[in-house]
Amino acid sequence: MAKTLISTHTASADTSIDITSGITSAYKSYEFHFVNLHPANDGVGLRFQVNAAGGDKGFDESMISTMFVATLNEDGSSGAVAYNAADQAVGTDYPLLNFNTGNDDDQSCSGVLTLFGPSSTTYVKHYTYTGVTSAEDDKVHNHFIAGYINVAAAIDEISFKFSGGNIDTGVIKMFGVG
Amino acid sequence: MGLTYISSVTASGSATLSFTSGIDATYNEYQFHFVNIHAATDSTYFGFQFNADGASGFDEAIISTAFKAEHNEADSATGFGYNGSQDQATTDGNGTYQHLTYDMEVANDEAYSGILTLYAPADTTFVKHFVANGNYIHHSGKYSQNFFTAGYINAEEAIDEISFKMDSGNIDAGTIHMYGVG
Repeated sequence: MAKTLISTHTASADTSIDITSGITSAYKSYEFHFVNLHPANDGVGLRFQVNAAGGDKGFDESMISTMFVATLNEDGSSGAVAYNAADQAVGTDYPLLNFNTGNDDDQSCSGVLTLFGPSSTTYVKHYTYTGVTSAEDDKVHNHFIAGYINVAAAIDEISFKFSGGNIDTGVIKMFGVG
Repeated sequence: MGLTYISSVTASGSATLSFTSGIDATYNEYQFHFVNIHAATDSTYFGFQFNADGASGFDEAIISTAFKAEHNEADSATGFGYNGSQDQATTDGNGTYQHLTYDMEVANDEAYSGILTLYAPADTTFVKHFVANGNYIHHSGKYSQNFFTAGYINAEEAIDEISFKMDSGNIDAGTIHMYGVG
C-alpha cells in the first residue's frame, strides 16, 4: 500500500481551510496530516465537515462521533484517559477533532485524520483521528476520535476550522492511500 | 511524495540505537517504525529521547500522556487505563527517556513493534509534537499490551537527533526504519 501526496494547504489567518478537489475514487482512503495548526483564539477546538457530491455544498452532512482523551498537566498532575462527551450525536455541526488548543506562540495541534472509502455510494463513510494538542491551560491532550458520515452519497469536499477565530498558521497535507 | 524511506538502524546487543542524521527540514513529519525490538533483559522498558540542534546528551524536556489496553493469553483478564508511571511532566526533569512499553517480556519469540510519529522537528517556533502506538507482551502473565503515548518536546529549538534504549540491558535485536512523510 502506498501513500501519495495529493495537495498541501498552508494556513495564513484563514477562517477555514476547504479542500474542494482531489477526493475521488482514485484512492480507497485519504489521510489529512495536520502539522502545527495554530489558532488565533485561545482554547479552541479543531473541527471538520464534509460535502456530499452533488449536494448543497454547505458543509452540513450528518455525522456521529466518539471521543476519548488522554490528558496530563505539565506539572504532572491529573493524568487520565477517559471517554469525553465532546463527541457528536447525529447532527450537522462540525464535529471536534480536539479541544482547548492554546494560542501561546509555541502552542498548536498536530495529528492525522483518515477518511475511508469516500467515493462509495453504498456505505456510510468512516473516519478516525489521532492527534496531540498543546492546550491553553498548559496540558497535553492526546485525542482519539472516530465516527461516520451518515450518508450513502460519495464525499468529495472537506473543510477544517477552529471552533472560534481563524487558523493563524499551520499546514494540512492530503494523501491518498491505496 | 508520500512515505519516503530514509534509513534504518539494526540492533545487535546494542546499548542504544540512534539516528544522528536525516532529521531536518526536508519533511514536516518523520515516522519511526519499530520491527521486533527484542530486549536482552526481562521486565524492562523501551524508550526514546531527543537532542536539539547543537545539543548533546539526549536530555530534552518531554511532556507526555500514557495509557494502555491489555488482554492476557489465558483470556482471564483485560484492562484499560491511564499509566501514570509512564507519562512525563516538568517534575520528571530533563533527560528521562519516554517509554514506548511497560515491563516487556523477553522470551525468544517476544518483542515490541509499533510506530512513533514526530511532527515538524525543524520548526523553531512551536513545541514538537509526537504520537506513538505499539504492541508487545507484558512480562507477567502473558498479556498483549497495546501502549499509547503522545506529547511534546517542550523546546522551541529544532530537533535533529533521536536515541532509543532499554531502561536496563541492551537492545538484543530488532530494526527501526525512519521515514519522511510529505
